[in-house]
Amino acid sequence: MELIKLKIDNRTVEVEKGTTIFHAAKKLGIEIPTLCYMNLGDLKIEHKPGGCRVCVVEVEGRRNLAPACATECFEGMEVQTHNVRVLNARKTVLELILSDHPFDCLICAKSGTCDLQDMAIKMGVRSIPYQGEKSTYKPDFSPAIIREMDKCIMCRRCETMCNDFQTVGVLSGINRGFESVVAPAFERDLDHSECTYCGQCVAVCPTGALTEVDHTTQLIRDLADPKKTVVVQTAPAVRAALGEAFGLEPGTLVTGKMVSALRRLGFDYVFDTDFAADLTIMEEGSELLDRLTRFLGGDKEVKLPMLTSCCPGWVNFFEYHFPDMRDIPSTARSPQQMFGSIAKTYFADKIETNRKEMVVVSVMPCVAKKYECTREEFKVDGNPDVDYSISTRELAHLIKRTNMDFASLPEEDFDKPLGESTGAAVIFGTTGGVIEAAVRTAYEIHTGKSLEKVDFEQLRGFEGIRKASVDFEGTEIKIGIAHGLGHARKLLDDIKAGKSDFHAIEIMACPGGCIGGGGQPLHHGDPSVIKARQKAIYQEDAGKAIRKSHENPYIKKLYEEFLEKPMSEKAHHLLHTHYFDKKRKDVLLD
Amino acid sequence: MTSVKLKLKDSDVQQLKEVAKSFNNQPGELINVLHKAQEIFGYLPAEVQEVVANELNVSVAKVYGVVTFYSFFTMLPKGRYPISICTGTACYVRGADKVLDEFKRLLKVPVGETTEDGKFSITCLRCVGACGLAPVVMVGDKTYGRVTTDGVKEILKEYEDEV
Repeated sequence: MELIKLKIDNRTVEVEKGTTIFHAAKKLGIEIPTLCYMNLGDLKIEHKPGGCRVCVVEVEGRRNLAPACATECFEGMEVQTHNVRVLNARKTVLELILSDHPFDCLICAKSGTCDLQDMAIKMGVRSIPYQGEKSTYKPDFSPAIIREMDKCIMCRRCETMCNDFQTVGVLSGINRGFESVVAPAFERDLDHSECTYCGQCVAVCPTGALTEVDHTTQLIRDLADPKKTVVVQTAPAVRAALGEAFGLEPGTLVTGKMVSALRRLGFDYVFDTDFAADLTIMEEGSELLDRLTRFLGGDKEVKLPMLTSCCPGWVNFFEYHFPDMRDIPSTARSPQQMFGSIAKTYFADKIETNRKEMVVVSVMPCVAKKYECTREEFKVDGNPDVDYSISTRELAHLIKRTNMDFASLPEEDFDKPLGESTGAAVIFGTTGGVIEAAVRTAYEIHTGKSLEKVDFEQLRGFEGIRKASVDFEGTEIKIGIAHGLGHARKLLDDIKAGKSDFHAIEIMACPGGCIGGGGQPLHHGDPSVIKARQKAIYQEDAGKAIRKSHENPYIKKLYEEFLEKPMSEKAHHLLHTHYFDKKRKDVLLD
Repeated sequence: MTSVKLKLKDSDVQQLKEVAKSFNNQPGELINVLHKAQEIFGYLPAEVQEVVANELNVSVAKVYGVVTFYSFFTMLPKGRYPISICTGTACYVRGADKVLDEFKRLLKVPVGETTEDGKFSITCLRCVGACGLAPVVMVGDKTYGRVTTDGVKEILKEYEDEV
């Protein structure tokens, strides 16, 4: 390893050869401002197009200013990061970017969490001296994501997430010069592309160009309607991130405060998606055991490995890109949809109402969930099981809008019966969690023995693709885990090539799983935020009295009173689904 | 986008697939394959771009990004007699702009488009390396040098009787 010495702002620093000025400065505690640069550390995604030019610095002996994010250090280099020339250039660059940006900060969905707005405040921009043509594009409203490309600054982070991390390939830079913009092929709408709605483009967009569809207005209206019973469910990952929107440290668990906030908002019943996660384990775990038992009994027709099916971005992905393999994933619906289905049947009967008078709302760390609940197969006579889904960010907005002081809210418990859950359900929010929950239950059902230790450390972690095996009393169960659709694609290619010996694979579309979802408070490119949320999730699990899904007393009762047993005819009807071949038919293949 | 799907000739699609194969179906050969594709089809409609994307295993969005970046690539069909007017520096200072205006006026189409009967299309190009003949106009493979505005009508006349 070759080391080189350089001076930044007259201070000496030693770095490895190949290090950029941006990173060398960081070593000295100097934060050089950027708009397009993004580094997702452990996820091995570094985006440095050098496009925004906000990070320019002066290098002694160099004629022009250098972009710090894309310029490598050399021996004896002398860099100034904040002299007059640099500060003026940065401000000019920003004024030029703003000269082609709408001035609607007051009413923009991103206001308050916008990197461009923050930068303008930081640089003290007070006027836009440049006047000229402005880019105008037709807004694109899909069921989950809104694109308003007038607000795009061509940082192209979304493109990197869509292509390099997710390998979905919907977004690309098109045209050139002033006309250039990021768009799907032939400038189609997202709805007419192969977009999975994973929302990672939204999660990294520095401006209001990419945002989620907002259902808060509809929700306020429904809450005020005395004729409607409004039921809410909250996904596991929400409680590990919601606090960030109120200035709490990443990784602060706010389960109790979230419950009391929802109750104060006026929901008639505050329930937990975690209940449905336990139910998912009963169904998905039984399906896995069924496939395994048949496989071990010599049945060559049985489809293995079994893939999880909780993640709607992932479901969209294989329907578009691997439709010929759509018989491999579990047929179990996602927890969001299982919850809706049970709420509008079992629970509606219990409180003597009907599905038309009930509104089921979900709070999700996800934007793909917004699309998932609109799927036709999850409707009964046109009435959806889940009426709509709001993101963690939308819930935070609502709490702020209704004058609640989040920090001083009391800690409250979920309502019964659909609010009771186990530790196994909580970990659904992180990569590795769904499969660990499934293993806890499948092990006990398969062996008839009680687990001494429910923590399966070998399934945990942050690596994009992980492999582990679990000993089911002499039978070795091989497990694969992937988060990020690019990593999922690798595992799928292996299966296709017959090179996969896994029995079960868990897939989540987002970095870190749902905790890094497209609907969470923005991490602004800092992956340590996602890791802190992961820690919180495992902490919540460890603190639960019951940590195995099949021991949830209300799940047992649900089967006794209503569903009979896992995979029963009724369970199939209400809790399972089927998948579609969505490969674009107008693609000329042969 | 257009909802009418263009049916490409099977033999042309086959030829394009062979071109992609001759480049080992390498994603890095995208521009080369697009050049050949435009030679085969005359232009690069969405359907052709989808074949290219599929053969080279790159996203259609990426292919569309490259096609829209380079002015050489076109998504509009050319006329049977594609007219190219050089607007490079030498041609320009010797009146290429006026020649171009005259073509636009007589054919009633803007640059980059094709006449309604599909006979002529107008494009601009930059320097064909015949600056001594400036301003230069090409119709198909045929080159016309020292073209004047009055000469435009004469050039078009040559193609009048053709069907």
